Amino acid sequence: MNLDLRIPMGLLFTLVGLILTLYGAGTNGSPIYASSLGINANLYWGLVLLVFGGSMYILGRRGQRRMEREPQKPADTDSGAARRGH
Amino acid sequence: MIHTELTYVDWIIMLLYFVFVLGIGFALKRFMKTSKDFFQAGRALPAWICGLAFISANLGAQEVIGMGASGAKYGLETAHFYGIGAIPAMIFVGIFMMPFYYGSKARSVPEFLRLRFDEKTRALNACSFAVMTVFSSGISMYAMARLIQALHVFDHLFLVMGWPLGWIFTFSIVLSAIIVLLYIFLGGLTSAIYNEVLQFFLIIAGFLPLVLIGLKSVGGWQGMKTAVASIDPRMLHEWKGIMHPATNPMGIDIIGLAMGLGFVLGSGYWCTDFLVIQTAMASHNMDAARKVPLIAALPKMIFPFLVILPGLLAISIATPHTTTTVSMQGGAIIHETNIVPPEVEQGRGLVPAKVNPVTGKPMLDASGKPLLDYDMATPNMLLHFFPTGILGLGLTALLASFMSGMAGNVTAFNTVFTYDLYQSYIHKNASDKHYLAVGRWATVGGILLSICTAYAAINFNNIMDTLQLVFSFVNAPLFATFLLGMFWKRTTGDGAFIGLISGTLAAVLHHGLSLPLEAHPGIHGGWIHVLHTYPSDMAQNFYTAIWAFSANLIITILVSLMGKPKPEAELVGLVHSLTPKPDTGHATWWRRPEALAVLLVVLLVVLNIFFF
Repeated sequence: MNLDLRIPMGLLFTLVGLILTLYGAGTNGSPIYASSLGINANLYWGLVLLVFGGSMYILGRRGQRRMEREPQKPADTDSGAARRGH
Repeated sequence: MIHTELTYVDWIIMLLYFVFVLGIGFALKRFMKTSKDFFQAGRALPAWICGLAFISANLGAQEVIGMGASGAKYGLETAHFYGIGAIPAMIFVGIFMMPFYYGSKARSVPEFLRLRFDEKTRALNACSFAVMTVFSSGISMYAMARLIQALHVFDHLFLVMGWPLGWIFTFSIVLSAIIVLLYIFLGGLTSAIYNEVLQFFLIIAGFLPLVLIGLKSVGGWQGMKTAVASIDPRMLHEWKGIMHPATNPMGIDIIGLAMGLGFVLGSGYWCTDFLVIQTAMASHNMDAARKVPLIAALPKMIFPFLVILPGLLAISIATPHTTTTVSMQGGAIIHETNIVPPEVEQGRGLVPAKVNPVTGKPMLDASGKPLLDYDMATPNMLLHFFPTGILGLGLTALLASFMSGMAGNVTAFNTVFTYDLYQSYIHKNASDKHYLAVGRWATVGGILLSICTAYAAINFNNIMDTLQLVFSFVNAPLFATFLLGMFWKRTTGDGAFIGLISGTLAAVLHHGLSLPLEAHPGIHGGWIHVLHTYPSDMAQNFYTAIWAFSANLIITILVSLMGKPKPEAELVGLVHSLTPKPDTGHATWWRRPEALAVLLVVLLVVLNIFFF
């Protein structure tokens, strides 16, 4: 397939991470965090997702570029279950 | 207990997810040129994507909610569904069975049965499978709509828009149907697989912080153990007490567990269900296809911590007596404190008591104790610990798991319908374009039928239990057919066909003649005559499976011995002894599927010792 899944996935998690981080930073110290034992779950988890999403996206871009440089290997065309090695 | 109301951040996160899901569908549309692209993802996906999709296809909400519920009810013994019920079967299918599925070039599991056996065995399997997938996706839809109602996800939106709250059920069903329909219609199996992988990461993103905060609130792993031990110390062990039904919470014994769950039910599902096998068959070569279930087994080992633990944590927490609703109105923070309703007061931890829908009062069991609504364990954990913001992420993870559970069923249905029913019996030799179009419309038809199932589930109380019962009758004997077909070249088509039917009949008979303790004859069994009583319904299930499997195995062997087997030349690539071993010599040793399998076995043993 010609779309590296890590690109949209990385984007989604980066955006979610960004939203959570910003919202967490804006609501730091707010009583809404009483439910999460006083931990600013939005800020910290937002940062985690930001890092995760960002690295996914970078890896995906790299993969996509490699895929465009060298055309995709054809799928297994051997008949039968045996794969003849090289 | 603090009750959090959803705010705009939660909505933005949910909306963002929907936009991406549909976006992936639209982005993939231009690659869908042939029916192979649509139904088999062009057989061009990398192993890690298919591997994560392999477990996500099964990680529907029934699993996420159900495993949490089971964790709250039975404790760590639930981990058997992973350690015994899933991982050994996943290793087996990857190492031993995938060479035949992938190598035979069959496009679906029923098609494999036609190549190995004959037309009638394929038709039997294709029909029963097509019906089951449609019903399963309908059940998933129904469960999602009920959960959305229970969690009041859309209540605020409906109040703002001035719509009647009674429409939330229909709204949830229509919304999920449209989204799943669109992304499969556009991007076929690739779209479904991509979204399953997305859902896999969303579940981790949503549930990992939940488990961490939950553990912190009860004082870590030791704190949870102390709290659970005060309820029932048996709940802290996976294996201890398994020798006798009376000494473990599920009321099962080692033979029922190992044979029934491990050998028959687990293998029957992970090794023969096209719902999961389709993702492995979409990978780009044989090596990748064999690695798919093995790659899937790795995160599968971590999932007990993500989905069972919330259930255990939910009962470890002290039952709340008041709720505080924090809401923000025009910048001001408003606290509203209320005394909890009786069903929460009489519950255990965060698990509420079941409420009688007619009287509105908590329901009691025969000994006067309240019946608990374990299905609410995991959702209530989300509401209890997550502030607005991350709550949106948690709910998105739940919604995603429901939708991708549906999607897997729908793509399995459209493939089996198009290749195994339409192309084989209705319209042969049409152009590839024609079958691609049929596949798209089969998607629409499948989803419409699912909606009907979801509505039937509201009107008939028992329909969910009945359907699941029928599925278990049909599925239980399947593994014997595949095992004999792949590993005994003498097996004949007549043997397989008659064996399958006898297996299902044996399951029906066993269910009709046995009854779990404290159940009334009827849907739970004993509707013919009660010959045997089992300590629990789980034990009864396991033994139904064992009977079905054994009947199928014996009858298939007997009938095969009486008939004439297929010539050996026709069985190359389909039967173990006649197929050259898949050559993995080109890969360094640690990249071979076998090396991965050994690693998995070691990890599995470690995990079981940890939960012992």
